[in-house]
Amino acid sequence: MEKNGHPATYEEVKKIHPLYFNIVKKRYWWFGISLLIIIPGIISLFMQGLNLGIDFKGGTMLELTFKQTVTQTVISDTMKSVGLEGSVQLSNENTSVLIRTEALEEGKRDELLTALQTKIGEYDKSTLKEDKVGPAMGQELTRNALWALVIAMALMICYITIRFQFVYAISGIIALLHDVLVVVGIFSIFQFVVDATFIAAVLTIFGYSINDTVIIFDRVRENEAKMRRTDSYEDMVDKSVWQTMRRSINTVTTVLITLFSVFILGGESTKIFSLAMLIGVFSGAYSSIFNASQILVEIKSRIKKPSKGAKAKHA
Amino acid sequence: MRRGNIIKLAMLVLLVAVAIALSIKPLVDPEKGIPLGLDLRGGVHLVLQAEPNVNGTPVTNDDIEKAKAIISKRVNEMGVSEPIVQADYDKKRIIIDLAGVSDPDKAVSILKTTAKLTFRDPQGNVVLQGDDLKDARASQNPAGEYAVDLTFTADGTKKFAELTTKFIGQIIGIYLDDQLLTAPRVNEPILVGNAEISGSYTTLDEAANDAVLIRSGSLPVSMTIAEKRQVGASLGVDSLNKSIQAGLYGLIFIFLFMLVFYRLPGVVADFSLLVYALIVLWVFWMFDVVLTLPGIAGFILSIGMAVDFNIIIYERVKEEIRAGKSLRAGVESGFSRAFITVIDAHVTTLIAGLTLFLFGSGSIQGFALTLMIGIVASLFTAITFTRLVLRLTVGISPKMNTAWYGVRRDV
Repeated sequence: MEKNGHPATYEEVKKIHPLYFNIVKKRYWWFGISLLIIIPGIISLFMQGLNLGIDFKGGTMLELTFKQTVTQTVISDTMKSVGLEGSVQLSNENTSVLIRTEALEEGKRDELLTALQTKIGEYDKSTLKEDKVGPAMGQELTRNALWALVIAMALMICYITIRFQFVYAISGIIALLHDVLVVVGIFSIFQFVVDATFIAAVLTIFGYSINDTVIIFDRVRENEAKMRRTDSYEDMVDKSVWQTMRRSINTVTTVLITLFSVFILGGESTKIFSLAMLIGVFSGAYSSIFNASQILVEIKSRIKKPSKGAKAKHA
Repeated sequence: MRRGNIIKLAMLVLLVAVAIALSIKPLVDPEKGIPLGLDLRGGVHLVLQAEPNVNGTPVTNDDIEKAKAIISKRVNEMGVSEPIVQADYDKKRIIIDLAGVSDPDKAVSILKTTAKLTFRDPQGNVVLQGDDLKDARASQNPAGEYAVDLTFTADGTKKFAELTTKFIGQIIGIYLDDQLLTAPRVNEPILVGNAEISGSYTTLDEAANDAVLIRSGSLPVSMTIAEKRQVGASLGVDSLNKSIQAGLYGLIFIFLFMLVFYRLPGVVADFSLLVYALIVLWVFWMFDVVLTLPGIAGFILSIGMAVDFNIIIYERVKEEIRAGKSLRAGVESGFSRAFITVIDAHVTTLIAGLTLFLFGSGSIQGFALTLMIGIVASLFTAITFTRLVLRLTVGISPKMNTAWYGVRRDV
C-alpha cells in the first residue's frame, strides 16, 4: 500500500531549514554585497591591470634549485652581468629561484645559466624547469583564450535559452560575469600571476557556475509550471532556492574539498589554477544562490507589469 | 527476496574489489600503462617556427614536410622512448615532444640547428655540400683525437677529388652552418671519397652530435624556437607523487563527508565513486590519453563533481520520501526526476570543457579532456551502477527506518 503524500508546501520548506530567511525579499542586500566585492577589483584592473605571465606576454621563465641559499640581489646582479633584467622570486627556504625575463635565444639562455653556475654555484639539473614563449606565440595564446571565453559564453546562453527561457539565460550569464569579475578582480588586486592555467580555471568556473545556477533554475522551472495565478512569483522563487539549498551547499563542499587538496598538496604549478578555482567556486555558489534567481525575479517583475494590464482588459 | 539482494550486493562488492586489485599494476606500468605527460615524466616540448628564407621566398609545405622528416631522423637517433614529431602546415611549425630525454639541452641544440655543411675553397666559394655525403660517423682516429668520418656519394667523391687536386697544398674550409669546423691543408688529392674532420672535438659525444646533424641532412629552412617547455626528470616524478597524494586525500575526505551527511546512501555513493575512478582510469588507458599535471587536477575535480550527481539524486529521494512515498518509490522517482536536472547541469560543464579543448593547447587540452571524460563517465556510472546498488540496498529491507536514509518521518 503506497502512501501518496504531497510535495512540500512553502511553509513546510521554511520549517525544514532552521536557518531560514527570505532570500528573495532581501535581494538588494545581496546585490550590494556583490558590488562591494567587485568594485575594488574593477578599480584595481584599471589602475594596475593583471600580472600577465609569459604565456601571454611571451618571455622565458627559469626555475632552478641551488645546493645553497641565495639572495635576490645576487641573482639580479648575475642577470645584469649578462645584460638581462627580470623578476626574481625565491622559495624553498631561499634555495629555489624563479626567474622571469624576456624571451631568450638559446645562446643567451646558456650564457645566463653558465653565469649563474659560475657566480653562485651548482644547480640541480634534474629539477630544472624552463618555459619559453616567443612573442608571436604569446599573442596567439592570448587570442585563443579570449575567443574561448566568448564562444563558451555564447554557447551557454544558447543552451539555457533552449532548455529554459531567454530570461533565465540572461540571469545566469549575469551571475556568471559576477563570478569572473570576482576572480579576475582578486587576481588583479593581489597581482597573482595569470598564466594559461588561469584561463582553464576561468572556463571551468564558467561551466561550474552555470551548472550550479541551472540546478536552482530547474527547480524554479518545475515550480513555475505548478504555479497558480494568485501565487507570488517571488515566494515561488524563494521556495525553489530553499528547496535546493542543501544540495547547493553540499556539492560546493565536495568540490571545495577536492580543490583544497590540490591547492595544499599538489605541486607549485597547480597553485594558480586551484587558487582561481577556489575563489571561483565560492563565488559561483554565492551567485547561484543569492544573485541568479534574484535577477530573474527583478527582470520578470519589470516585464510583467505591462502584460498584467493587458490581461485585465481581456478579463 | 531479501537474501537474493544481499547475495547480489555482496557479489558486486567482491567484483569491484577484485577489479581494483587487478587494475593497479597494468595502469601504472611505465611502458604500457597510462602514458604520462612531460610535466610528470620530465622532458622537452619544443615548437619550432620556420622562418622565411633570406631571399624572401616563402616557406612551402614541402619545406615543412622535409624539415619534419629530418627532425624525425635526428630525434630517433637520440634514443628517446616514444618521441612525437608533428607538423603544423598552416602555421609552418614543427612540434616535438621528447619525454624522458636525459639531456634536454643537447636535444634542443641538435633539433634546432639548420646543419648546413659546406666545403669551401680558399676563396670561400662553396664547392661541396651536405647532400654530397653518404654517411658521417663519430670515431677516434689513431692519434687519439675524436673525429667525424665522412663518406661521400659517387658524385661527391668526384667533386671532392677535383677540389683536393686543384687546391693541393692550400687550406680548404669545412663549415657547419656558419661555424668553421676545421680548416685542413690539402696534403694530397683524396680520390677514395673519404674524409675526416678532426681537431676541434674534445669528447666523442661532441663528434657524435655533429655526425647526427650531418647524417640527417640540413633543414631546408632555418628554425627559431617559438615555444619551449622543459621539465627536469625528478621534478616530474615529484609532481606526480604530489598530485597522487592530493587525489587520495581528496577522495578520503569526500568519503567521510558522504558518510556523515547521507549515511547509508552515502556509503553507496562512496562505493560508486571507486567504480567511477576505475572506469575513468581505464578509459585513459584505452585511448592512450596522456596524463598531465592539469589533467590530474581535472580528474580530481571531476571526482568532486561526480559526487554532485549522487547528492542531487539523494536530496530528491529524500524529498519524495518526505512527501509520503515509500522508500522504494522514493528512490525510483527520485532517480528519474533528478536525471533531468543532472543532464542540464552537466551539459554546461561539457560545453566549457569542449571549448577549452578546441582553443587550448598542450596541457590545457589535457585538462579539458580529463574533465569531459570524467563527466561522461560519472553519468554512466550513476545510471548503471549507483542505481543498481541503491535498488539492491533498498530491496534488502524496504521497511528500514528512513533515518538510515537521512529522512526523519516525524517532520
